[in-house]
Amino acid sequence: MADKISNMNDKLVIAGHSFQSRLLVGTGKYNDFKQTRAAIDASGSQIVTVAIRRLNLGQRPNEPSLLEFLPPDEFTYLPNTAGCYSSDEAIRTLRLARELLDGHNLVKLEVLGDPNTLYPNVVETINAAKILIKDGFDVMVYTSDDPIIARQLEDIGCCAIMPLASLIGSGMGILNPWNLEIIIDNANVPVIVDAGVGTASDATIAMELGCDGVLMNTAIALAENPILMASAMKKAIESGREAFSAGRMNKKLYTASPSSPIKGLIK
Amino acid sequence: MKIHINGSIKEFKGGKITAEELITQLNLSGKRFAIERNGEIISKNYFAGIYFNDGDKIEIIGAVGGG
Repeated sequence: MADKISNMNDKLVIAGHSFQSRLLVGTGKYNDFKQTRAAIDASGSQIVTVAIRRLNLGQRPNEPSLLEFLPPDEFTYLPNTAGCYSSDEAIRTLRLARELLDGHNLVKLEVLGDPNTLYPNVVETINAAKILIKDGFDVMVYTSDDPIIARQLEDIGCCAIMPLASLIGSGMGILNPWNLEIIIDNANVPVIVDAGVGTASDATIAMELGCDGVLMNTAIALAENPILMASAMKKAIESGREAFSAGRMNKKLYTASPSSPIKGLIK
Repeated sequence: MKIHINGSIKEFKGGKITAEELITQLNLSGKRFAIERNGEIISKNYFAGIYFNDGDKIEIIGAVGGG
């Protein structure tokens, strides 16, 4: 194969939709919509997650909404089920999201099991995924880093598997790279690390492992300078992807190998 | 009549109100939202012909920032 220095044709494909950026970002925890927009622009992300909530009916008629700052024709919206603790709640939320977004059916399913850890309840997640897929949704699914559950979610028909790297919002980074590698090696759909990334090197490690993308929110939004961190994450994702595509050298535990010639030494 | 909207009780004159009228009264015209009545989604194509009655439980939702 010829050496190539461009990855322009290296696209992330999810349920038939093609994306240049492998960084997916959340829209929560920013100071205001202006900062949200600036950070997302700096990240280069094309897919943004949103939450579905009751409208604040007491608001002023002209109060700006998220959708005005992030027009749905400019970004691919990924409505989530954050805060749902049962399959019924998650299904209800995503059906409302589909109505809200004019039939848009690409969604992020997450069913939580515990308010302190926000760890996924994989039993409820599998139940919800089955019903949503039957109902015509393209389901990107947040899950634990259990390779068997990941395979079951793919078998059901989920269009992307999104294991946690560590707990949501924790910034603890990639805690179990081996499990992620097993999931990646066995998956035939995109594997996207969702949750736990804290800084740029975490995102790079995920991509070097062979992840197809990374979804993050807090690492950018709660950085001291969110816009600069968004830019760093963009580079980290690209860098990790290129390193993965380039194929790293083998590690040699006991044999050093000089980079300079061993012949012609001055004696 | 009383209608539950997003968890609060709101009073309206008369015995029924169309979805379209309700939206106007709540200053939601032109906004992006979805409506559910008693657990069933009401398509925005049918707002003019849908009547809400006393005791109905309505949810009006939108997209907000989230991860």
